[in-house]
Amino acid sequence: MASTRSRGFSRRSLLATAGVAAGSGAITGFPTIWAQNIKNVTLRQFGTGVSNLNAVADKVKSDLGFTLSMTALDTDAVTQKAVTQPKSYDIADIEYFAIKKVFPTGVMQPMDAKKIKLYDKIVPIFTKGKLTPDSPIAQGTTPYSVGYVDGPNGKAFAKGATGWMTLIPTIYNADTLGIRPDLVGRPINNWKDLVDPAFKGKASILNIPSIGIMDAAMVMESLGTLKYADKGNMTKPEIDKTVAFLIDTKKSGQFRAFWKSFDESVNLMASGEVIIQSMWSPAVAAVRSKGIACKYQPLAEGYRAWAGGLGLAKHLSGLELDAAYEYINWYLSGWVGAYLNRQGYYSAVLETAKENMSADEWGYWIEGKPAKADILSPEGKVMEKAGAVRDGGSFNERMSRVACWNSVMNEDRYMIQKWNEFIAA
Amino acid sequence: MEMAIFVDTVLVAKEASPVVTRNKRRMRRFSIVPLLQAGPLAAILCVFLLLPMCVLVVVSFFDYDSVQIIPAFEFTNYTEVLGSAVTWRTYLNTFRYTLIVWAVTAVLGFTVAYVLAFEIRSRTAQMVLFLVCTVPFLTSNIIRMISWIPFLGREGLLNSALLKLGLIHQPLEFLLFSDFAVVLAYTHLYALFMVTPIFNTMMRIDRRLLEAALDGGAGWWRTLTTVVIPLSKSGIAIGSIFVVTMVMGDFVTVRLMSGGQSASVGLMISSQISSLQYPAACANAVVLLAIVLMMISAILRIVDIRKEL
Repeated sequence: MASTRSRGFSRRSLLATAGVAAGSGAITGFPTIWAQNIKNVTLRQFGTGVSNLNAVADKVKSDLGFTLSMTALDTDAVTQKAVTQPKSYDIADIEYFAIKKVFPTGVMQPMDAKKIKLYDKIVPIFTKGKLTPDSPIAQGTTPYSVGYVDGPNGKAFAKGATGWMTLIPTIYNADTLGIRPDLVGRPINNWKDLVDPAFKGKASILNIPSIGIMDAAMVMESLGTLKYADKGNMTKPEIDKTVAFLIDTKKSGQFRAFWKSFDESVNLMASGEVIIQSMWSPAVAAVRSKGIACKYQPLAEGYRAWAGGLGLAKHLSGLELDAAYEYINWYLSGWVGAYLNRQGYYSAVLETAKENMSADEWGYWIEGKPAKADILSPEGKVMEKAGAVRDGGSFNERMSRVACWNSVMNEDRYMIQKWNEFIAA
Repeated sequence: MEMAIFVDTVLVAKEASPVVTRNKRRMRRFSIVPLLQAGPLAAILCVFLLLPMCVLVVVSFFDYDSVQIIPAFEFTNYTEVLGSAVTWRTYLNTFRYTLIVWAVTAVLGFTVAYVLAFEIRSRTAQMVLFLVCTVPFLTSNIIRMISWIPFLGREGLLNSALLKLGLIHQPLEFLLFSDFAVVLAYTHLYALFMVTPIFNTMMRIDRRLLEAALDGGAGWWRTLTTVVIPLSKSGIAIGSIFVVTMVMGDFVTVRLMSGGQSASVGLMISSQISSLQYPAACANAVVLLAIVLMMISAILRIVDIRKEL
């Protein structure tokens, strides 16, 4: 920066000029001709810990040349920062259910699908609304329903694919209950097992209202006490009944604790305080890496899924905007995809990720085949021994059995009030 | 660090009265000097205390939806806060914690301070032992709190030790993620805030008064209740203010030590903030502020700190 200033330019004006030059149609592939200027660009990305990986920032620096600075926050804080401090970031790594709250406030700009090279290769859940043409549409805030807006300045979500995307999907998964197979002492097949009195004082549910209420709804439906029109968009009476049920369960001493962050769930499970709980896939992997048995148990009623993506801040323009598109295209090009798949998530473009994974890794993580050799984490630690099969099976088996997506309800304010009653009860 | 600042305030407060009288005399001649002296503090308090408070009060009347706050003037937030049974239950729970922690830290703090001030004769030993009390404060209070979790857990150190010794046959569940755990952590975190001011006032008690009591035929208990406790009242009051305000406003300890099972007012506010319900959080904060101020003024009514110092 000092050298640019000594030449009499401010950094931004220099970048802007370069951006105009670059925008005039010279972008063909990376590294591009403006690779010299792009070195000065710093993109500030923030998001939840799951995909804010330092390894990605390092790889961006070496592949693309510019700097990506990352901030990791918890789920609630991400939404909060996205809305209240729109100038403090360039790229938001945010979940689809949160974007339903964030995008209408106008702090972000839609992305032009034409500039996304691998757009056609993105998993159809995001671009067509269904995994396969005949798969059912799950309840909740589906990524497709909040994936598009009408035009370059749109703030309202469009009904179908318009070519103007709110987020580029990066990472998603199907969540279920985690169990300690050594301690539960019987097969676990349904969501209702979470509230089985046999596990009194040894169960946990997550205390993030918009997600926790969905897990509770899965339990309620599994028990047969309530059938929801849409678990992702409950009516007030449905919320009342669900919360009343949760309060009763809490008062009976079913729950040992409620967790809010990833590591809390790992510690609860690893220490044996809890033997059945709502869990996230990498948390299960973290428990197992300590040599403790932990299973991500597929359940008859299906999964609760979530998806995240990268979105552009409204203020991005010129060279920085180009760099952001460059980054997103790179993100989909395979290296990150393979990295995320190896952690047990799924990447948006599976084909390119496959090229960056070994046949055995691909077989284990995506096809649900038994591992031929030890399965290593991206950091090289042994995650699974040879012969292991992924809990829940292949990508298609898992993602086709999604019962609902994480969501924001119309009665959101009411739901959060009621949820707080549950926590205070 | 909190400690050092605290000791400073006590010392400043102690010096205050002669300074005030001197200033009064000087004020008649150069009225600008005291203004300048008070200026920096006043400016800091205005910008960092008064202004945010005003914003807090203003926003507490705003409306909101799931993403934004809408400037308005309505009492919905207050009616929701005050009209909800959850709020009352949460306040009751917070009061309960405050009362228990206050009682425990007061007894503990008084005892430790008494031993330090009267039982330890050597000045050096006193200072060394006092510094020993502050050693745990060299680490962050989050770490001090979290380290209880592996100790108290179902398969934690304490339970496994008791099981091995054959004292119990089932792990004690109440040790962690319970009210017991919360109160224990609070006591650990805040006892020193009681010890310090009480120790401070005890050190100022004129030893001749104790000798006089002894000469007058008063026993240990009589001396304690009629001489030491009345003369330590200001220290107890200052310690109480610290403990009460910290417990009333806390949210981390309750969340971690109760495993998210119990609620406190601070936790209620923090979960409203994380759901972007700022106006509701502000209304709650205003109510909490009012209640804590009332509690402090009640303490100050019972003990005139200025006079006692």
